[in-house]
Amino acid sequence: MSFQDILSLLRISLHAMVPLALTAVGEIVGETAGLFNIGLEGILLLSAFGGALAAEFGGPVVGLLVGMGVGGLVSLVFAVINTYWKGTQMVTGIGINLFAMGFVAFGLIQLGAPGFHDVPKAVELTKLRTPMGLMSPMILIALILPFVIYWFLKRTRAGLMLKAAGEMPEAADVAGININAIRILAAVSGGILAGLGGAYMSVAWLGVVTKQLSAGRGFIALACVVFSGLNPLLALLGAFIFGFFQALAEWVKTLPSKPIPGEFVSMLPYIITLLVVSGAIGRVRFPKALGEPYKRE
Amino acid sequence: MSPNESSEQSRLLRGAHRTLTGLHPALESLLAALVGLLVGAILMYIYGFDPWKAYMGLVKGAFGGSYEIASSLARATPLILTALTFSICLRAGMFNIGAEGQMYMGGIASVVVACFALPTGLHQIAGLLFAAFAGAVWSLVPAFLKLTRGVHEVISTIMFNWIARWLALYLAIYVIVDPMRPEKTLSIPMSARFPVLVRGTDLSYTIFVAIAFALVIYFILWHTAIGYEVRAAGLNPTAARYGGIRNKRTMFLSFVLGGVAAGLAGATIVMGLPPTYAIYGGGGLPQLMNLGFDGMAVAMVGRNHPIGILAAAVFFGGLNAGGRVMQFYGSNPVPLEMVRVVMGAIVLVMSIPELIRLFPMIKKQGGRLIERLRRITRRTERGESA
Repeated sequence: MSFQDILSLLRISLHAMVPLALTAVGEIVGETAGLFNIGLEGILLLSAFGGALAAEFGGPVVGLLVGMGVGGLVSLVFAVINTYWKGTQMVTGIGINLFAMGFVAFGLIQLGAPGFHDVPKAVELTKLRTPMGLMSPMILIALILPFVIYWFLKRTRAGLMLKAAGEMPEAADVAGININAIRILAAVSGGILAGLGGAYMSVAWLGVVTKQLSAGRGFIALACVVFSGLNPLLALLGAFIFGFFQALAEWVKTLPSKPIPGEFVSMLPYIITLLVVSGAIGRVRFPKALGEPYKRE
Repeated sequence: MSPNESSEQSRLLRGAHRTLTGLHPALESLLAALVGLLVGAILMYIYGFDPWKAYMGLVKGAFGGSYEIASSLARATPLILTALTFSICLRAGMFNIGAEGQMYMGGIASVVVACFALPTGLHQIAGLLFAAFAGAVWSLVPAFLKLTRGVHEVISTIMFNWIARWLALYLAIYVIVDPMRPEKTLSIPMSARFPVLVRGTDLSYTIFVAIAFALVIYFILWHTAIGYEVRAAGLNPTAARYGGIRNKRTMFLSFVLGGVAAGLAGATIVMGLPPTYAIYGGGGLPQLMNLGFDGMAVAMVGRNHPIGILAAAVFFGGLNAGGRVMQFYGSNPVPLEMVRVVMGAIVLVMSIPELIRLFPMIKKQGGRLIERLRRITRRTERGESA
């Protein structure tokens, strides 16, 4: 393994980290306020699809923005069902995932080639030339954003309000905070971040939309959240670890000697996720009202 | 009015009243299904299809004749079992998303019986047992991780789905592969196949396996002590623990039963779906893919009740079978994927509790009717006591 190999491995890891980090940080915002969205997988798929289509109309930036919009919109539906209508959050998330699987596959067929859509090179987000090779500028955003969110959650009044809505909605309600509104706001901003991650996959990274584009990343991001105990900085670390193992799997697959069958290499990120999560649990603590709809007495 | 007569009348009315209120769950499922179909129709309209024609094709393809009905029932068979996986665990208070992976392992395990020579009858049973065992083993690991390490079952089962997918692909492509046709696994021998129930269709006797298992689950959950403990633990784990119920045991049991159901679902595909009686590794397990996820939609619409699931599975089996017809229907070929959009929308709607209450009109009218019935009941009761 030469120095060049290590460098390219690191580069791929950073690229693979971006959607995980953005999605995980978005989910942390939502979970802090008490909404547990397992529809991340679906949001990633839908926003990757929407972002790719929009990019072909208006360029990469429009693509990313539309991806964010799609993520926000899906989260809005999720949040309204689970605040005002007191839904079951798990089931809503499952519904979003099913819907996204069908919708994207359906949309891809309507675009021509079934199950597959290339994003033209011309509308992909330009990569920056760095000493490490071509890097997407989104990596920078994914590296900075967790710090911003960390500061927001720990040090601002609004962040505290989110926490109150997730920990003890009764007390927050008495203090004059509109629980449902603040939860919706948190979930929608989280969804916007996940949408950015989804659009990044199609517009700025892989340059393709398939019906299995998300490949469990939404759930791996969820695992990052669990591992981090709602700390955005730890979630970033987790996203990097998982990104690294995805990159490693891709790298092993390209080796000419084929030391391990490709199927087993593909399992690696999922096995690592399980190992990390089962090692991390026990010391983490989640908001008390996570997953519970708030009902006034 | 003689007292005897009035008490008879009051009992009848009370029965009607109970039926109306008891209908709520079924009504809500129906409403969700309608909303789902409506979402599908809107989407088809946007993409320039004729929704009416498409649904006509779908209904004809699903229930238009005996062949179509048999085909719908064949599609419903694995869905009954994967829906049970989700429901059993939900009744115990957990979200087991792992039916997909457990079903892969069950399917692969039932191919293994192709290696033995056993007499008919015994061979089928061996296949089912193998599949059930594989599914149970695959669901035991997430259960174990949850009990010992506190890993949330949603995350562990999803990760196990992906691991199962790659493992099944590996086994299907390299290990139990048909040497003559490398795109598929070994076909199981004649002696292990379930005979076809309706000649010329792909409906086989496996549907009785699914129905029997649903009835067994119904019996266990509602007519045995351990089933009562499972449901109590699901409704309120703290109260159940105070009541002396060992939550860990109920958790374990529900996971194992769920794994058995999912494993059997894989077996019904391999052992009871003509013409191949094998798994295609080539196209990425096309026969098995997504049956586990569709099962969750079936479970929700079936209200997580074995009997409700039987009805819901026929509905979704019809959607799948009809969808196949819909995609070749005349000038209006709507892709099969539409069906999954409809399913997703249905599950989304089903996540709203007391759905009926979202529609004040329905509530008002229904409430008025129930109120009137109640008043009559009360009046006759008063007559009774007088």
